[in-house]
Amino acid sequence: MDAFLLQILNGLDKGSAYALIALGLTLIFGTLGVVNFAHGALFMIGAFCAVTFTKLLTLSHKVVDESRKDFLGNPMQVDVPYIYDWFGQETGDAMIDWAVPLSILFAIPVMIAIGFIMERGLIKHFYKRPHADQILVTFGLAIVLAEIIKYYYGANPIPTPAPSAFAGSFDFGAMLGMDANTIIYPYWRLIYFGFAALIIGVVFAFLQFTTFGMVVRAGMADRETVGLLGIDIDKRFTIMFGIAAAVAGLAGVMYAPINSPNYNMGMDFLVLSFVVVVVGGMGSLPGAVLAGFLLGILESFASMAFVLDAIPGLNQIIIYLVAIIILLTRPRGLMGRKGVMED
Amino acid sequence: MLGLKKRDAGLLAIVACLCLFAPFLLNPFPEGSAMAQFNAGYPDLMQRLVIFGIFAIGFNILFGLTGYLSFGHAAFLGVGSYAAIWMMKLLTMNIVPAIIVSVLVAGLFSLVVGWISLRRSGIYFSILTLAFAQMSYALAYSVLTPITGGETGLQPKYTDPRILDGAPLPGQTPRANLFGLDMKASTQLNIGDWVFTFNAGYYIAAAVMLIAFYLSIRIFRSPFGMMLRAVKSNQHRMNYTGLNSKPYTLAAFVISGMYAGLAGGLLVAMDTQVGAERMFWTASGEVVLMAILGGAGTLIGPVLGAGFIKYMENIVSKINESILEQWFAFLPDSLTDLMVTLVYPFVGKGWHLTLGLLFMLVVIFLPGGLVEGGQRIGNLFRRKKTDPKSPDGKTTPAE
Repeated sequence: MDAFLLQILNGLDKGSAYALIALGLTLIFGTLGVVNFAHGALFMIGAFCAVTFTKLLTLSHKVVDESRKDFLGNPMQVDVPYIYDWFGQETGDAMIDWAVPLSILFAIPVMIAIGFIMERGLIKHFYKRPHADQILVTFGLAIVLAEIIKYYYGANPIPTPAPSAFAGSFDFGAMLGMDANTIIYPYWRLIYFGFAALIIGVVFAFLQFTTFGMVVRAGMADRETVGLLGIDIDKRFTIMFGIAAAVAGLAGVMYAPINSPNYNMGMDFLVLSFVVVVVGGMGSLPGAVLAGFLLGILESFASMAFVLDAIPGLNQIIIYLVAIIILLTRPRGLMGRKGVMED
Repeated sequence: MLGLKKRDAGLLAIVACLCLFAPFLLNPFPEGSAMAQFNAGYPDLMQRLVIFGIFAIGFNILFGLTGYLSFGHAAFLGVGSYAAIWMMKLLTMNIVPAIIVSVLVAGLFSLVVGWISLRRSGIYFSILTLAFAQMSYALAYSVLTPITGGETGLQPKYTDPRILDGAPLPGQTPRANLFGLDMKASTQLNIGDWVFTFNAGYYIAAAVMLIAFYLSIRIFRSPFGMMLRAVKSNQHRMNYTGLNSKPYTLAAFVISGMYAGLAGGLLVAMDTQVGAERMFWTASGEVVLMAILGGAGTLIGPVLGAGFIKYMENIVSKINESILEQWFAFLPDSLTDLMVTLVYPFVGKGWHLTLGLLFMLVVIFLPGGLVEGGQRIGNLFRRKKTDPKSPDGKTTPAE
């Protein structure tokens, strides 16, 4: 029982990342009809937003500290971050400690801007071209984005710690009345899951309860009719692209403490997220979220010791295996709509 | 000639000449000069040029003719490589059985993968092939370690049984050969300051590439190739006429998998080692780049693309900061620094950035790749002489 619970919890954080990326992919696919291979790169850029923001916060200048001496006996020079000067030392330290959550505020405008530029500058010209061309050009873009990041940040992963308040682990076992330390789970992963659930909720609420969302949903169902009604649907879809980019970016920002960002992380997640989208059903938002969590949890179940004893290596291939089985038995995916991408 | 039309025979002859004289063409700079490091005429690179040419030709038979975009072709290359290395470990260091078996094994594997993947088309097909390739990679890296060597990979060892070769001479490392002809055997020709290297392995690989190229021309010009092109232009219409297109696409998939296996076998024949990273999805992406960059759906395009990418990779990644400074030294100092900072991200380690940008530009502006670019330039000159509206003898199929 406890092992079972533990695996579900372990699956949640990876599942959250899959679900968020897949949600963005589906948003883009459902609105613009574009298969975006560069979406993983957006996730990666989000993670590097956290890195950049941390670096910005710790930008410092040298101050001579008279009370301390360096090894030569001269007054020691100390690096003092600029934010100490502006907000005082205590607030400054707190801000540096909370850099990752704070970088959400930094990432949202950056990601939306990147999304706009991408859509207006490149993707716009590919609506009418075949899906293969869309895949190829966004694949090229993904390479370019990853290489730019590699040029500026190097190829090594950059550790980006979570706030120290969330450094420990949460003892689930004790809460459920089991022995202490049977189910322990890092706080940050719990936060990540909560954050993902919040974002997913916000996106769905936005689509469901606002006029803007209603128009977008109408456009997803029948783009031509909405256009004939005199609504500039292209503009709204561009905004949706920006939102999808922001969702991927936020998923990346919060993932930075779990997995130190490196320039290749986007590609690893992209391949899996595509599989998630296909399993969930192309163009179905709830399907993408459901499949994301489902596959994340399945993956962590497959890495349990007794499963690996029975079928070695299952954890490596389970997602692909499930995808193949789903595609062959339920061609539309778990919750795919009729008429989407059926050729 | 050889059952080819005049134009195709000409094309084959051009490729044959290029292959034959590659050691000269790729070594334009005299030994000892400052530019000598940009010579590409060394055996290792020339072998890779032709082998990846084979890989791209095979990929083009699937993507160029049927329009099915496979993102998992490296899996077949990897499977072929593993098959070849096992032949070398168990049977003999002669490359003939290794290559034959690698083609057969890759063919069988692609039959299984294709039979499943081809149930879907479009993006689903791409993702299914990608899933299979990633699965093979993950398995080769972890569970199948007894067969694949896992992270270390495989290489022929002294202690391998090699039942046909008998016991190796003591102190001699086993080397790949063709009936006794060592793959690494080279002769050098000195003309003035120039040094040209002729390598046995390269010429064998080039000969295989020519055969592969010839076969691909025959496939392109056959009724079978016509059927594949029909699948690309409108599969629904094909189905409505009562024709089952699956056997044709599956055949194309298997042929293209066998080409990939052949390339994998040759890679092992030239450099006797295999690692799982050969099957990683970036390797699959690379062959897609080659085919598109050269011109998918054309005969010569993939060969050009493979040659271009491998050649430029070799040249561009060798350029470093000091070389750039030399090149821009004629400018005033401040301009030199500016140019070096501007160009530096694109050369050396930044080769992938250049490749990515180039690839995007090709997809956006030149969907037909280098071949289309060449044709456009050719048309610019031809237009002055002939009226472009006059029929050129080619018939364009109705969409």
